[in-house]
Amino acid sequence: MIVLDKRPQPSRLWSYAAPVLAVVLTMLVGGVLFAALGKNPVEVIRTIFLDPLFSEFAWFYRPQLLIKGAPLVLIAVGLSFGFRAGIWNIGAEGQYIIGALCGAAVGLALYPAETRWIFPLMIVAGAFGGWIWAMIPGVLKVKFGTNEILVSLMLVYVAESLLAAMALGPLKNPEGMGFPGSRNLAQYPSAANLELIAGTGLHWGVVAALIAVIFAYVVLARHIFGFQVRLAGQAPRAARFAGVNPARMILICMGLSGALAGMAGLFEVAGPAGQVTIDFNVGYGFTAIIVAFLGRLHPVGILLAGGLMALTYIGGGIAQSNLGLPAAAISLLQGMLLFFLLAVDVLTHYRVRFAARQVA
Amino acid sequence: MKRRTLLASGAAAAALGLTGLPVLAQDTKTKVGFIFVGPVGDGGWTYQHNEGRLAIEQEFGDSVETMFVESVPEGPDAVRVMTDMALKGANLIFTTSFGYMDQTVEVASKFPNVKFEHATGFKDAPNLATYSARFYEGRAVQGHIAGHMTTSNIIGYIGSFPIPEVIRGINSSYLAAKAVNPDVQFKIVWAYTWFDPAKEAEAANVLIEQGADVILQHTDSTAPQAAAQAKGNVITFGQASDMAEYAPSPRVSSIIDNWAPYYIDRTRAVMDGTWETHQVWEGIGDGMVKIGEISDAVPAEVKASAEALRDSIAAGETHPFTGPVNKQDGSVWLAEGEKADDGTLLGMNFYVEGIEGDIPS
Amino acid sequence: MDLSAINPILLLASLMVAATPILLAAIGELVVERAGVLNLGVEGMMITGAVCGFIVATATGSPWLGFLGAALGGALLSLLFGVLTQFLLSNQVATGLALTLFGLGLSALMGQSYLGIRAPAFPDIHVPLLGDIPVIGPIVFQHDPMVYVGLGIVAGVWWFLNRTRAGLVLRAVGENHDAAHALGYHVRRTRMLAIMFGGACAGLGGAYLSLVRVPQWTEGMTAGAGWIALAIVVFASWKPGRLVLGAYLFGGVTVLQLNLQAAGVAVPVEYLSMSPYLATIAVLVIMSAGRAPGSLGRIFHAAR
Repeated sequence: MIVLDKRPQPSRLWSYAAPVLAVVLTMLVGGVLFAALGKNPVEVIRTIFLDPLFSEFAWFYRPQLLIKGAPLVLIAVGLSFGFRAGIWNIGAEGQYIIGALCGAAVGLALYPAETRWIFPLMIVAGAFGGWIWAMIPGVLKVKFGTNEILVSLMLVYVAESLLAAMALGPLKNPEGMGFPGSRNLAQYPSAANLELIAGTGLHWGVVAALIAVIFAYVVLARHIFGFQVRLAGQAPRAARFAGVNPARMILICMGLSGALAGMAGLFEVAGPAGQVTIDFNVGYGFTAIIVAFLGRLHPVGILLAGGLMALTYIGGGIAQSNLGLPAAAISLLQGMLLFFLLAVDVLTHYRVRFAARQVA
Repeated sequence: MKRRTLLASGAAAAALGLTGLPVLAQDTKTKVGFIFVGPVGDGGWTYQHNEGRLAIEQEFGDSVETMFVESVPEGPDAVRVMTDMALKGANLIFTTSFGYMDQTVEVASKFPNVKFEHATGFKDAPNLATYSARFYEGRAVQGHIAGHMTTSNIIGYIGSFPIPEVIRGINSSYLAAKAVNPDVQFKIVWAYTWFDPAKEAEAANVLIEQGADVILQHTDSTAPQAAAQAKGNVITFGQASDMAEYAPSPRVSSIIDNWAPYYIDRTRAVMDGTWETHQVWEGIGDGMVKIGEISDAVPAEVKASAEALRDSIAAGETHPFTGPVNKQDGSVWLAEGEKADDGTLLGMNFYVEGIEGDIPS
Repeated sequence: MDLSAINPILLLASLMVAATPILLAAIGELVVERAGVLNLGVEGMMITGAVCGFIVATATGSPWLGFLGAALGGALLSLLFGVLTQFLLSNQVATGLALTLFGLGLSALMGQSYLGIRAPAFPDIHVPLLGDIPVIGPIVFQHDPMVYVGLGIVAGVWWFLNRTRAGLVLRAVGENHDAAHALGYHVRRTRMLAIMFGGACAGLGGAYLSLVRVPQWTEGMTAGAGWIALAIVVFASWKPGRLVLGAYLFGGVTVLQLNLQAAGVAVPVEYLSMSPYLATIAVLVIMSAGRAPGSLGRIFHAAR
């Protein structure tokens, strides 16, 4: 009988070794899968995991890692505060959408004015949109004790409907030949979130993600709020005695994650995506939840996890066009990678021991 | 202000940097790339484009190599996938969804030596052509059959999104149906999806329950066909693909997106070095819109007249939008004998006279 | 506008059919959540069920065997979630999301050679005598058998949760797993069984789409139905009776708006389609604190 004993502290060794083990396991099992699909497993694995970093065109793929990874990291860092404190905002996808809508609406309303204040204003509007959308489950939890997991999830669907309504209605490009979708903000200089240094993929969203990582790192390590967050998660009763106000904690954590998700949406809609369209959201809000856990809710871990997820997306695309691998195989591989990462995590927090069968 | 201009010029320099690249892959094979918005297994829009890709492989054998990426979201991912293909030496890239328009323009500007083809869009460039199909020609044939076949005089129409493409199809089929059956009435529901089988089944059921005995659909799944079959005495038409598995009834005919001839032509043009940009909108006559076999569930004389209409449209003798046609509000759109111009058709945002209800906005 | 074109009897009848796939998936998830586990992978299990059911049904020619295969497929996939969350103590939210990703990929690969094929027919049954009752007959007693199987499962779950000892144990485990463990109940075993039941039901719901509603296999055909099922469970505040109401409400909004459109009423479709979710939030607020199973989503580790 295998028994798990909770470690007094997460194992340092395993917190580094576990992700490596998970990736290796994914490569092995994925290799079997690809072989079954009639592909050369070594070639496929190399294409997905190494080509984006070290191939002939890596100079093009590497910046793409930033573009794909930045929204994931930005959202995940915000979520990690709440997750640490036991506050479960799983509606980042909705906050991302509303942030993009609010930010884009500001930019579109001012079109075609050109002043340097438009883009900063849009960032504020985006963050505000995400914040307000996250405050709904936050306030309902504080006032009525409603479950924030469920309310924030419901609000994702509401946001998706709103997005479609906006893309088909008020935000529709008047010069778009009647097709749904807004004007392209990337072509509107004052509102565009363009590359800061050409060819690097570095846009304001990437900068914001990096700032968020550093900010989170400092807050968690040095600031009293970081201490309170950790305490609220690990020992809610102790936190209360230590003077942590649960309602305040909920509102701050929800608001913070919402604002960051909203900003991620704005950076995406003003730059890489350019337009508000019916299917503007591609699941970053949900993927970020996974990224947050893969990164063990630690800012640096999240940065790495975001990079890993971005790698599989980009490598997956390369594998499709180079090797004719179906997209489904990529999403299967991603699912597998997540399963293994989640599974081996047990080694970090628990000690595995073989014991004689005990009577329950 | 200054700073932003600086940034913008930086981006321009990046574009130039890419432009200056030599042709990277010196293969003798012609490489053709495809970017699909859905999975090739969707049985509809993307499935048909992929059939076109396979037709290229069939036609040219070892002298071409095709590649594709499916389910690419319409945004930065599309830019990445297109650039990736161009870097790998693709000579010709087809981007097969309206939503890829701005992304295709962007990538095309960075790779002047690669030819791009964007489906259903309206922005072109020296190395970027657009192509689309005059599906409304096929709709006219459907409307003709529908007008003859209906006994309740109620024809149900499942729209996807209220965009010009779909509105054009409604108008075209309505005019054709009305021409053979003055009492015909259209009931239109908007599903607000291109693909959601359960919802499409629902929409078909609702229309049938409200008296429709013919269902026209502008969504891609076979769910409406199955719903019609379950109810009995209702006919339908295949959309995007032939949906022959529901022939001879309820599916009595279909509009097939037949991209293969165009894809083969354009690939050949690239191989010959004769490729030039254009904006084409091809119909039944060019083979891009194919009318699926009209089944025996349709009386022989109706079948014959529908085929005559099809052939006459194909030959350019009949235009589905020929005056006199009024707009829904009664104002004159086309005078006697006047034919609709492509500009109006491309941006069509009104119903013709006789259709009830409003286009949602 | 011609509201008289809407036949309320037919509307109600089609509502029962429209609600069946989401009802099936939701009743499974309800049991899972009552056991204190939040599985967000319903969509992944539904689509896997859809493809498994389709493969088995076309191979054997029997829709019934297809449904059996779908239930097995869904349950097997959910087992993955169960092992990860119950034995390896992974986070349920993240694992559920990964399960959806996995299921969508898996189903697409499995279904590759099943495109454009029709499923074997699954005719409606006309319940003798009852089906001939005016008005009520066509609404209630003239559907395909799975509509009644779905309602039967809901009734069975109600009976199980409220009238059996095992149901009591399951609820206890969901309310407070530490207390349940202290009383000697097998928390993990209970939860594993609940998770597999949830997977099986989601599989049935998916197969209802691929074998009855559509009936064909296409990639991504569940188109978000699994997420709606999650919402319905919350709307029902974890009560089987209200679940039927919730499924009919969510299905009903779609059927009703399509009916209104066909009758020529201008409907703000997008705004209407968000209304059930807003209603769900309202229900959550009115029901207020404490209605959700106490241990929902929390990791259980029996510390000795």
